[in-house]
Amino acid sequence: MEIKTIGIAGCGTMGAGIAIVAARAGFRTIVYDARPEALDKARTQTQGFLAKSVAKGKLMIEQVDTIMSGLISTTKTDDLAQCDLVIEAVFEALKVKHELLGVLDKVCPAHTIFASNTSTLSITEIAAGSGRDDRVVGMHFCLPAQLMKLVEMSPGIKTSDAAFQNAWACCLALGQKPVKTKDNPGFILNYFLVPFNNDAIRLVEAGVAEPADIDRAIKAGLGYPMGPLELLDLVGLDTQLLLCEALYGMTNEPRNACPPLVKRMIAAGHLGRKTGRGFYTYKNNAMVGG
Amino acid sequence: MKIGYSIFQTGISRTFLKDHPLIVNGSSSTAALVIVGAGAGAAFQSIRDRAARIVVLVELGMECLGTLTGESRGLEGSNVLGFARFRLGDGEPSNLVELVRQPQTSQTAIEASKEIFTAAGLQVALCNDFAGRIIDRLVRPYYNAALRRLDEGLASADDLDTTLKLGLGYPEGPIALLERTGLQHHFDVSQALFEAYGEPAYSPARRARVTKQRQGK
Repeated sequence: MEIKTIGIAGCGTMGAGIAIVAARAGFRTIVYDARPEALDKARTQTQGFLAKSVAKGKLMIEQVDTIMSGLISTTKTDDLAQCDLVIEAVFEALKVKHELLGVLDKVCPAHTIFASNTSTLSITEIAAGSGRDDRVVGMHFCLPAQLMKLVEMSPGIKTSDAAFQNAWACCLALGQKPVKTKDNPGFILNYFLVPFNNDAIRLVEAGVAEPADIDRAIKAGLGYPMGPLELLDLVGLDTQLLLCEALYGMTNEPRNACPPLVKRMIAAGHLGRKTGRGFYTYKNNAMVGG
Repeated sequence: MKIGYSIFQTGISRTFLKDHPLIVNGSSSTAALVIVGAGAGAAFQSIRDRAARIVVLVELGMECLGTLTGESRGLEGSNVLGFARFRLGDGEPSNLVELVRQPQTSQTAIEASKEIFTAAGLQVALCNDFAGRIIDRLVRPYYNAALRRLDEGLASADDLDTTLKLGLGYPEGPIALLERTGLQHHFDVSQALFEAYGEPAYSPARRARVTKQRQGK
């Protein structure tokens, strides 16, 4: 069946970005979050983003009103009953996702597909707590979702072909670029990125080179847009720890184990850009030591 | 300060052709010496007035600088540094030089080395004397993982490549990159690192081994 109304559950950075993608593509979009302040913040940020898109000539000014009027915010899960597809982007913990999907299963009609924006958890495990495990798909957007085209799409073990194909068609209609992956820990991106970044941290730990030299080598030697350590500072060392714990817990692969240096840096409050210091020091948003 | 240096060319360099600015900028100056080419290590041993130079730079292959200078008690280091311009297999040489120091390497020699390479239009990453230095140490496990996951059906080669290009901004996906630059070269480097570190992540992936074996026929 054709998807016309999309729900977004969880209005953090990812949820707000996905909501922009959906509304911009012309879908009626209902954004749910229990925290009204998160919805207000997202709405303000969305208006700012759309204004910039107009200034850059990527959007006509008259389109902004259409997009904003198609974007509905709510603090009630009941309002998601109108959705044909709900994309959850709540906290990355199985228990939190199970609780949400358990509620939505009672609220939404039988045809509604649930998609998870998880970057590391198993789609099959998420689906197992949903009450409709044949209609749950993985739909992992990249950060920032409103700019990045890629979506990793994964079926769980019990996901029906019809549900997956329907979600895939919707992803294309959103103007995104879906790629199909197996329901494996970390899918493609995090499966490769998390251990790669850990290896870079271990080079710092082992005294092989300074962070700036490692980043310069990777950028100049391989043409990567960012070095692993500046990327880690951007993402946050606390996030890297969570990713490591999730991936190592599922795979037991030594490269996924969190390097001890990360835990020491977190204890020291050196989380990256957001605290002004990580592998580099930042003053007024400018990098020192790069 | 522009540092004069002479070039000692010893056989063919994998990464520096004779028209590269590093070679062209060489002169009759004896202030510094840059030894380039496949025979650089052996040639280094024949240089008798090494201490008189600001810096002596030796092009390295996969070996550590310590194999040329000797090591003792972690106190090794002088005016001799190693260098390697990164090149992935048969791909174009990159603009990046890994500059290899030892614990007691003189700061003056390090600064002079950076000056010489920068003047030749190269970027420099300083590192200590470990097998695989920086880039190979980081990318070989990633390439092996990509090849293994392709075998295991995580995704198609196109989807793997597309995901890593679009998701992380890499210029080329790992499968296309390795097939373009030669899986047999990846095997050689990865095998050397596997022997050096004994870590499974460096054990060459099946696809690299197959290509290497086909080359040997």
